[in-house]
Amino acid sequence: MATVAVTEGLTRTWQRPAGIIGWLSQVNHKAVAVRYVTTAFVFFVLAGIGALIMRVQLAQPNLDVVSPQAYNELFTMHGTTMMFLFAIPVLEGVAMYLVPLMIGARDMVFPRLNAFGYWVFLLAGSSLYMSPLIDNAPDGGWFMYVPLTTDRFSPGLGIDFWTTSITFLEIAALVAATELIVTIFKSRAPGMSLNRMPLFVWAILVTSFMIIFAMPAVMLASVFLALDRLIGTHFFNVAAGGDPLLWQHLFWIFGHPEVYIILVPALGIVSTIVSTFARRPNAAYILVVLSLVATAFISFGLWVHHMFTTGLPWLGMSFFAAGSMLVTIPSGIQVFSWIATLWRTRPRLQTPFLWVLGFLFIFVLGGITGVMVGSIPFDQQVHDTHFVVAHFHYVLIGGAVFPLFGAVYYWFPKVTGRLMSETMGKWSFWLAFVGFNLTFFPLHLVGFRGMPRRYYTYPEALGVGDLNLLSSVSAFVLAAGFGLTFVNMVWSWRNGAEAGANPWGAGTLEWAVPSPPPPYNFAALPVVRHRYPLWGEDQRGPAEPDPAIRSDWVHLEGEQRLRATSGTDVLDAGLDSRIILAGPSIWPLLLAVAVGVIFLGVLISLWFVPIGAVLAYAAALGWLWPRKDEW
Amino acid sequence: MRPSGIESADEKVSVGAPVGGARRRTVGRASLLLGVFLTAGLLLGACGQEGPSILDPQGPRSERIADLWWVLFALGTAVFVVVIALVLLAIFRGQPGPRPDPSSNGWFAGTTFVGIAGFAIPLVILAAVFGFTLWTLSALADPDEPTSLTIEVLGHQWWWEVHYPEEGVVTANEIHIPAGQPVELKLTAPDVIHSLWVPELSGKTDLIPGKTNTMWLEANEPGEYRGQCAEFCGIQHANMAFLVIAQPPDEFAAWIAEQREPADEPAVGSIIQRGQQIFLGSACVYCHTVNGTNASGRLGPDLTHLASRQTLAAGTIENNLGNLSGWVVDPQAIKPGNKMPATNLTAEELQALMAYLMSLR
Repeated sequence: MATVAVTEGLTRTWQRPAGIIGWLSQVNHKAVAVRYVTTAFVFFVLAGIGALIMRVQLAQPNLDVVSPQAYNELFTMHGTTMMFLFAIPVLEGVAMYLVPLMIGARDMVFPRLNAFGYWVFLLAGSSLYMSPLIDNAPDGGWFMYVPLTTDRFSPGLGIDFWTTSITFLEIAALVAATELIVTIFKSRAPGMSLNRMPLFVWAILVTSFMIIFAMPAVMLASVFLALDRLIGTHFFNVAAGGDPLLWQHLFWIFGHPEVYIILVPALGIVSTIVSTFARRPNAAYILVVLSLVATAFISFGLWVHHMFTTGLPWLGMSFFAAGSMLVTIPSGIQVFSWIATLWRTRPRLQTPFLWVLGFLFIFVLGGITGVMVGSIPFDQQVHDTHFVVAHFHYVLIGGAVFPLFGAVYYWFPKVTGRLMSETMGKWSFWLAFVGFNLTFFPLHLVGFRGMPRRYYTYPEALGVGDLNLLSSVSAFVLAAGFGLTFVNMVWSWRNGAEAGANPWGAGTLEWAVPSPPPPYNFAALPVVRHRYPLWGEDQRGPAEPDPAIRSDWVHLEGEQRLRATSGTDVLDAGLDSRIILAGPSIWPLLLAVAVGVIFLGVLISLWFVPIGAVLAYAAALGWLWPRKDEW
Repeated sequence: MRPSGIESADEKVSVGAPVGGARRRTVGRASLLLGVFLTAGLLLGACGQEGPSILDPQGPRSERIADLWWVLFALGTAVFVVVIALVLLAIFRGQPGPRPDPSSNGWFAGTTFVGIAGFAIPLVILAAVFGFTLWTLSALADPDEPTSLTIEVLGHQWWWEVHYPEEGVVTANEIHIPAGQPVELKLTAPDVIHSLWVPELSGKTDLIPGKTNTMWLEANEPGEYRGQCAEFCGIQHANMAFLVIAQPPDEFAAWIAEQREPADEPAVGSIIQRGQQIFLGSACVYCHTVNGTNASGRLGPDLTHLASRQTLAAGTIENNLGNLSGWVVDPQAIKPGNKMPATNLTAEELQALMAYLMSLR
């Protein structure tokens, strides 16, 4: 064990500078991740309030709670916020916090990129939310189909706010994905070969690759749209030979992998919690890993199922129908892996595990309706109706938000050192579970009765008033359930029971360090010999490093002045280098602002592009300028 | 598997708070909840208010799709019940077996079970679903008999323009078809993307600018089937409905014959003629056509036989004198954001104009 002198030395090296500048210069993965998750939850609450307003408007036929324009803005902001500003950032935040701890590293390998990504996310998200404040909210739906969103049919700044903010925002996603991949490949603890990597880390690795391949498509599409609107190009102008379907292909070749980008990390969370509560290794580990990878590949081959009504050739569409059905196989493998893991284990029904059980119930139902909408003729009936609204809320809320809330209860003790209240947690779960099902199950039937999506009102003749009322009332129960967890977090932050290092008796490395973890994570960098290092051999704790290896990397410890972590090779994680990590810096913030000038400046004048480019160049120079104390 | 009462022996295995009672309570709560939930769903589904439904098909296309749904529903329900039962069994029943040694890497632990239950069986089920999908798809590709009639439908923000090119008929927001015969629809849009959907008769097909999609449609029996736009198309997407009116073939032929006629010339000196003068002298003519007059605008619906139609503003309101007056005076109050401006008329002028418009049968 590390001595007091050693930990004091490490703390001196790894802590951030004091004061406001120090706070803005923070690059540590845990601090940045907490900011990521907190900001994403703020957006979650905003978009959730928007959803409640929409449900009030739809509670009965012909209501006039909000204007048609306001309704269109609400569902555009709701979808955009949930997909771009909540789901991806929050899971990236969770990954950013956990991955270095789970793989036994002291930080992400590019700490400043971490901070840069967060500032980009914050600026892009805030700028999108400036649009309603100046009465110019985007109103074209989160999918922004052309030609409706071209300047001819949607004049005003709303759509421009969307295209610039989203393009800008995706920089954050790409940055996070890149550094997660490099971190996972290059700085796992010695001995953590790929086949010993925790399933959550596998899920994040797969997700990161998906982000790198999916995000450029939406950036390209939104840049095309921005160019059409701002400087009169004709990518989507039908009169000049542009093609409305080009947008749909580009958008959905991003948009469909996107839902798996949201789902796959959640599957990783579920595997982690299941294994801990079963107190048993995940069954069929290798099949689960393969199915994560397979999901990533297949998810790029089914975007056309969003376009089954556009009149594409039937033979072509049937390939995508096959893909849409096939993609459920990897998910099925994981469901049965969890069943096998849990088989006859009698797990404790504590809150994190309850959320996982809720997830299983909802996600399986959503997966089944997913196969249904993959069947082309049936999809042509329910496409763009409330049946689809119900389906994807089952998959996204059930598939991602329930595991996320499970993750909050599971890792909150690690982040804060305190357990969350079980009583509040159980109330929160049951309210959310009942509220969710009563909100969204009736919407399947609303769709059957012929109510399309994105309708600000509906006639009494459709006969869906009662179902809609049930859904609207239950939406508030669901909101109360989620809200109670936020209350629980605030309350437990101060008043929760002391957690200790490993309150759940889990097997992965993040539980080897104190709660909350010190800024340097591990005083002595661990060596891994098992997939569940804390359950290894005698199940007493992580293996001590071999003295032979230890002498090689003694420079990674002790009274060091450098921020260093171990560098290992991709497959077997043999120690091959010492990775020096960058320290706190204000430049990531300044670079994010400079890049923001480029993207958000175009809303005012195209001259901001060169101005922003010069500023960004200067900021990048500042970032890279060698400093004495770092070398 | 053993009786659920024998639980205490397991307690030493599970670390943490005593859980037996809590578990039983949770099982009880969960099954109670499940029961309430399913019952509520079934009740609501079964005896909700009256309205059209894709599960009450009225044409060969929607019948095929409803058949497909019931197959999907049966398989889906079976899968759901089995999976959830296995989850509950795994958690609540049975004696904990020997735990595998966590220190072994366990590459293949559980692989056989997961491979069969999670891969092989789902693959067979999905292959069946896919096969039935392809079979339905090919059945929907062409009607049993050749189509007898071609109708062109243009989706506008936020109304439907309907042409019978062979017959020389133009109307709006109503698609008349002969019952029991398949007809061909040619679909396009001059502005943004729309989607044509008649839940009781067929799935949707998009109307896309610069592209013409075709589909066929058939109603088994005479009747009125509500349709609507299903692709978000702007501020009044929600009020872009239409009616498919299936008529016995002879009635349909009579309707065509009436619709081909130009509007009747009003009697000299009548209030209808006064209304016609107001109409032709106003901005109405820039957007609307009345055959037999100089009014030949194409931006709004053809009004030659306006009074023969059942609704106004694409299904937003019923077509009667009161609603039509209200619509002409202040269309933005009825359908905010639509493209028709308000008309400034004296009471006398409005009365005459209404008399004229209601004469356009």
